[in-house]
Amino acid sequence: MTSTYAVLSEGLEKKFGDVRAVRGLDLAVAQGTVCGVLGPNGAGKTTAVRLLTTLLRPDAGSARIAGHDLVREPVAVRRRIGVTGQYASVDGDLTGRENLRLFARLHRVRAPGQRADELLERFALAEAAGRAASTYSGGMRRRLDLAASLIRRPEVLFLDEPTTGLDPASRNLIWNAVRELTADGTTVLLTTQYLEEADQLADDIALVDRGRVTHTGSPAQFKAVIGVHVEVVVTNAEVMVKAAGVLDQLTGVEPSFDHERNALGALTRDRTLTLPRLVRELDAAGVPLLDASLRQPTLDEAFIRLTTDIKEPAA
Amino acid sequence: MSTLAYDGLAMVGRQLRRVRNSPGLAILTQVMPINMLLFFGYVFGSALAMPGREYRSFLVPGLLVSTAAGGLMTGMFQAAADSHRGVMDRFRTMPVSRAAVPLGQAVADLVVTAIGTVPLLLVGLAAGWRVEGSVPRAVGAVGLLLLFRFACTSIGIFLGLLTRSEDAAGQLGASTFVLPLLSNAYIPTDGLPGRLRTVAEWNPISAVTTALRDLFGNAPVPGDAAWPVAHPIAGSLLWCAVLIGVFLPLAVRRYAHGER
Repeated sequence: MTSTYAVLSEGLEKKFGDVRAVRGLDLAVAQGTVCGVLGPNGAGKTTAVRLLTTLLRPDAGSARIAGHDLVREPVAVRRRIGVTGQYASVDGDLTGRENLRLFARLHRVRAPGQRADELLERFALAEAAGRAASTYSGGMRRRLDLAASLIRRPEVLFLDEPTTGLDPASRNLIWNAVRELTADGTTVLLTTQYLEEADQLADDIALVDRGRVTHTGSPAQFKAVIGVHVEVVVTNAEVMVKAAGVLDQLTGVEPSFDHERNALGALTRDRTLTLPRLVRELDAAGVPLLDASLRQPTLDEAFIRLTTDIKEPAA
Repeated sequence: MSTLAYDGLAMVGRQLRRVRNSPGLAILTQVMPINMLLFFGYVFGSALAMPGREYRSFLVPGLLVSTAAGGLMTGMFQAAADSHRGVMDRFRTMPVSRAAVPLGQAVADLVVTAIGTVPLLLVGLAAGWRVEGSVPRAVGAVGLLLLFRFACTSIGIFLGLLTRSEDAAGQLGASTFVLPLLSNAYIPTDGLPGRLRTVAEWNPISAVTTALRDLFGNAPVPGDAAWPVAHPIAGSLLWCAVLIGVFLPLAVRRYAHGER
């Protein structure tokens, strides 16, 4: 079992004073896959990563990273992981090149200078290599962070919100690096606030809420659970209530109003609804339609749905 | 090479590069003792019973040791500032020897101190201080001075990792200024009232200062003082051994723990 999972945790717990930041975290990440850990702020994502990277000692539970016990063999774990996050960062007083050389030296790379230059080139930092890292922009710094995690190709790479606040160019650079790594067999555990990021990169998603994993599945499965998003746009405000009645009947969900656009939306698990039927029913009720659509919900919508626990109104 | 030696050297390199990249603080900390040499040596010294040049010869070893005691504050400040840096967590997630980071800081500090002491010695020479003993004994004095600096830095690193507060380090800066005042660094202790004299003579700064004066040949060892001052070399070595033996392992343990 352990050989097929690069990250396997059972019942991990961590308390800070009275706050149970992580309470019974079960996580299984298959080798060579990307697991996206999603959750609202304060859900315990960062604490979970800090536990899994030996920065925190769990109060209870166990975990194996790349086949090694987290608590009993922390050094073996550290040899096999790379960490990039809000915390495991670089030294701002050193230049980009000095940072990478230092980490290469600590990793016993034979030619630290050469390795540093390769990585600087790859992450578009060659020009800034001689400047103190503290003068870098957010995107440059994050790229340097990631480069520092890749001095030696890690078996398991932990990325804690790697692209939060980044410009699209830096984000794409980081996404591409992650894709290349997984193509080479590296396992990636990624926490993110951007559901698009998980959608783009993750093979599996673990939804974390209040310190434990509440849902797991592929991005497609997540969307399927949520169902279908229905949207109609009508010509004038007067017919909106009438349209809402039709939608309510069809979907069993009370629709939400967007008065600025004269639009109505509803998220339904009823996957039998088709676009022709939607249009027919609205037309029959005498609703002048401008636009109608059925689409897969975005992960954002799925996320809000799964974390807020809204009770659906009865049909 | 062992893991600790290799990682430790890499960390020494890290600290030295940082000083090279922004040398301001390292230079500023060397200005203070020079000011004090001029101020004490020429202003206060004129009010003392000792003739001026003799007092300045007496004062230079005291200032050297007071400056070394400043390792308490420098070590604490650096360790506290470092503990907020994300790079510490990166080190902790790497297979790096746990002792390498605190030890690297302390050793790099020795290199900076050794270089930084040169201007004070030059001003001291200009003010009339001389090596009046043999060269090997003078080398021994420098070695003892660095050993004491290492001990003080170890305490500082432990406190810095414990409090993680640069503000607290700043506050301690004030007390590292006071510590030498309660020793024989600036004045002979034989004029102090009984209990105060005992405290001052058990201050490690007094033992090391007396040892330096003895090794440089600047002033004789006072025979009627407390044991560490009456036997300054043994006393200093013992003080350093105790301080390093207690605080260096504590610092390493504190670092390895992080917030686990």
